[in-house]
Amino acid sequence: MKKKGKVLFNTDQLKRTIDRLCFQIIERHEDFSNTCIVGIQSKGATLADRIFHRLIELHGSGPYAIGKLDITFFRDDFRKDNKILRALETDMNFLIENKKVILVDDVLYSGRTIQAGLQALGNFGRPASIELLVLIDRRFNRHLPIQANYIGLKVDALDNAYVKVELNEVEGQDRVLFYDAENVEND
Amino acid sequence: MTEAKLSTRNLIGIKDLTVEDIKLILATSKQFKEVINRPIKKVPSLRDVTIANMFFENSTRTKLSFELAEKRLSADIINFSSSGSSVSKGETLLDTVQNILAMKVDMIVLRHSAVGAAHFLSKRVKAQIINAGDGTHEHPTQALLDAFSIQDAIGKIKDTKVAIIGDIMHSRVALSNIFCLIKLGAKIKICGPPTLIPKHIESLNVEVEYSVDKVLEWCDVANVLRIQTERMQLQYFPSANEYASFFGITKDKLDSLAGKKIIMHPGPINRGVELSSDAADSPQSIILDQVENGVAVRMAVLFLLANQAKA
Repeated sequence: MKKKGKVLFNTDQLKRTIDRLCFQIIERHEDFSNTCIVGIQSKGATLADRIFHRLIELHGSGPYAIGKLDITFFRDDFRKDNKILRALETDMNFLIENKKVILVDDVLYSGRTIQAGLQALGNFGRPASIELLVLIDRRFNRHLPIQANYIGLKVDALDNAYVKVELNEVEGQDRVLFYDAENVEND
Repeated sequence: MTEAKLSTRNLIGIKDLTVEDIKLILATSKQFKEVINRPIKKVPSLRDVTIANMFFENSTRTKLSFELAEKRLSADIINFSSSGSSVSKGETLLDTVQNILAMKVDMIVLRHSAVGAAHFLSKRVKAQIINAGDGTHEHPTQALLDAFSIQDAIGKIKDTKVAIIGDIMHSRVALSNIFCLIKLGAKIKICGPPTLIPKHIESLNVEVEYSVDKVLEWCDVANVLRIQTERMQLQYFPSANEYASFFGITKDKLDSLAGKKIIMHPGPINRGVELSSDAADSPQSIILDQVENGVAVRMAVLFLLANQAKA
């Protein structure tokens, strides 16, 4: 990928957006005793971790549990193309039976990852509800009827454009980059 | 998503695997161990895969373990065992398999008493082959689950001292374990009656020790093997009692040693011969953990092999 991309979020903007998302969650949940937060590996899990801790800072309390969910074994493109998949860790030390779940991912694109995530969550019980939080919603590129409840930023772009979320914990800095179709060049 | 690919499309033996292959299988097994401890233990990965379990030799653990692993991965399965089949009417291995493949089977899990049976089939049929034990040659998934169990129990494999004790001569578990653990950097000593230790085994980078007391003192892990009387055409030792008194491992013997030793056994155990009942059921024993890990490791092997073949 070429390094030239338009910056959608820098560190401060990302922090403000996460704060806004946290306030929206507080508005809807208020009492978190029945709410858990689950991030999809890998960037969704990092984001979920941040939101979990920020909620406690802002509200004094947060979801009763936080989990990391790997969806590799539930993907619908397994054996469909030449991509070889590697499973990451799932860390869910709690059940979601009758709980409210906030599922977190970085970018909502085709909706297939979220579909796999919903299926994977089913292994841990029947939740009271599942809400979806995404940092970036590429709403014109959906393959499935899936929408997010909490959205950081909506990005309208062509199919072959690319959005990259970089997080301090992984890349050493916080920013979201947008590469339009002309600037995308595969290695 | 990180890419991860095995260097082979069949699992014939540990000998053919690279260190990276083994590490990938062990890492993936860890994720599957988490899956099989969920309230709902099933994932849909292999829903479009059909697997034939073909057992031309008796098996309890391996057969059930593969079957459960396949079901947990949502594969369709058919089971074949040679007793009660047309093999008794003289049908050859290749003909039997070709007929089963005509029913559109993607993978074959094969156990056979002939050395090289899995290799032979892999050269002649399109389906992916997984060796579930071929005679006295290899039993790769057992070695992988043993390595996984050692890693689980001790936290590492490199530089771990592993003693393999018993009938080394007739054991495919011993051979696959040696290949696997040496590749992962463990140190191995084998121990047993001289008649049951193959000549030139030192060429596999293992040491031979004939005293079970000395080898137990040395090791961190003792993998105890069964005396395979069904494969013996000669008398290799005078009696089971004599074997037990020289090479049998008892709890008293384990308790007399400095430091905790981990006891493994691939099963089936001949209680009172290679391992006394109180040793097999002692806290040092991880024999039942091996069985649990076996399902996770076989899920990883099936998943990673299926990962290579486009549907």
